[in-house]
Amino acid sequence: MSRISRDDVAHVARLARLELTDDELETFTDQLDAVLGHAADVEALDVAGVAPTAHPFPLTNVLRPDEPGATLDRAEVLAQAPSVEDDRFRVPPAMGEAP
Amino acid sequence: MTAREIAAAVRAGEHSAVAELDERLAAIDDRDGEIHAFNHVMIEEARTAAETVDRHVAAGEDPGPLAGVTVALKDNMCTRGVPTTCSSKILDGWCPPYDATVVQRLAAAGAVIVGKTNLDEFAMGSSTENSAFGATRNPHDTSRVPGGSSGGSAASVAAGFTSLALGSDTGGSVRLPAAACGLVGLKPTFGLVGRSGVIPLAHSLDTVGPLTRGVRDCALMLQAIAGHDAKDSASQQPRIPDYLAGIEDSITELRVGVPRHYLDGAMDEDVAKTFETAVQALKTLGPAAHEVRIEGIEMSNRVTTLLIAVEGAAVHSKWLESRAGDYGSQTLGRLMAGLFVPAEAYVRALEYRRRFLRQTLESLFRQVDLLLTPMWPFRLPTIEESDLGGNPGFAAMVTASGHYSRPFNLLGLPAITLPCGRCSRGLPLGLQLVGRPFEEALLLRAARAFERCLDLPADRPEISVWRSEL
Repeated sequence: MSRISRDDVAHVARLARLELTDDELETFTDQLDAVLGHAADVEALDVAGVAPTAHPFPLTNVLRPDEPGATLDRAEVLAQAPSVEDDRFRVPPAMGEAP
Repeated sequence: MTAREIAAAVRAGEHSAVAELDERLAAIDDRDGEIHAFNHVMIEEARTAAETVDRHVAAGEDPGPLAGVTVALKDNMCTRGVPTTCSSKILDGWCPPYDATVVQRLAAAGAVIVGKTNLDEFAMGSSTENSAFGATRNPHDTSRVPGGSSGGSAASVAAGFTSLALGSDTGGSVRLPAAACGLVGLKPTFGLVGRSGVIPLAHSLDTVGPLTRGVRDCALMLQAIAGHDAKDSASQQPRIPDYLAGIEDSITELRVGVPRHYLDGAMDEDVAKTFETAVQALKTLGPAAHEVRIEGIEMSNRVTTLLIAVEGAAVHSKWLESRAGDYGSQTLGRLMAGLFVPAEAYVRALEYRRRFLRQTLESLFRQVDLLLTPMWPFRLPTIEESDLGGNPGFAAMVTASGHYSRPFNLLGLPAITLPCGRCSRGLPLGLQLVGRPFEEALLLRAARAFERCLDLPADRPEISVWRSEL
């Protein structure tokens, strides 16, 4: 039985601001159903008492020496940005207009 | 000549890096129109690097352990001022302002970087057909895929375009194409090789590793790239041994586990037959084959698929919002899937990984030193069969192709593939050895023992530009 409907896919696509054609919706509904099957299998696992780990081994925090070194060329880095002003990245306002 | 022989000849002033490069560029010119290993050939940059090596030699300076050895880079590794596309329209035309750590290390070792190789878009796939710039063809049979996602890197080495290549392996993407193209491919322990400047697929699974023609060349290349990377938070500082020292030693004392319960049923007849040659070879080499059970492994391929989907979607969320139409449909489908996975399933997958790892290290790897498995489970698909549009079943095939590779990405363990024969259609088949964390030296020694024992000169790629006879 299908775990996910076409409407579900359209809904999540809207939340993620994705624009999908009808054909894409059809194809993805099938593909997503397979991955959600994996998710359901995983959710059914008994892992009580096991802490999650984002990395396969216990990692130690390795810090590099706090010494000045070569940095990237400013002009080269700024050339990567869509908008630049006074040697800085120009970004859309995130907090509304300044008082 | 092997990479070791080329480096030795260049260092001794008996061979020039420029002459070596010219020969490879001629081969690329001759045959890459058909193979499509490269997205971009770095003719000028490579020539400058080769000239620098020759100048060092002439001046009596050390040109480095990889002096004059040609290398191809998977096109998801940043190269300063040189296009880095991930075989996607999303990054088409982008030139990074820096070199990836592995690129810096190879250059410092005297390697000559020849170009950027084709891959499945953002390393998602196992065919190198899922590329915005067209499929790469397998040099052994151009109607078939070279495996993936580092298929361009594998094709480059198999066709003799470069001596060595670098790939990335998140679910099998170095090992699968290496096996499909008759090469040696190594996925190092998670954290051994720095990933800074390599465009991520899934941060908790990504590794970078060599594709080479032989095990000793693999050791030589690993030596150049292993070690701490201050810009990669997952990078570790293990002791780095000399990977070539002791590589010819016998492996009589080792215990090798064969997890039959996980192998049988997943592979086709050809693969099963060739795999038995590998098991027989063990008898000649000395170690006994222990039948072992890997508790919990049945779920690992699915769990890895889930982690790749979720972690991949996190990397791509902004582009998914603004440029969904620029992704290939296979890539978009897999990335979108990650947006639908409940957070609870992701956390549970991480919990499962911890338990699986603990059981594997504390129980299995106390009984044995290495695991032996096949690599590709079934015959290589043709380019046409790999087109998701014409073959909707291919998505399931991509997952199935990782049956023997993905569990070891999830565990972060080092794993190497090497050729062990050919299928009835004449295509190369590979075996896989898996070891304990950071025991690459032992893994390479065992792989070298197999390579000596399985000595298959007739099975080596018959490529006119390859100069093994010289």
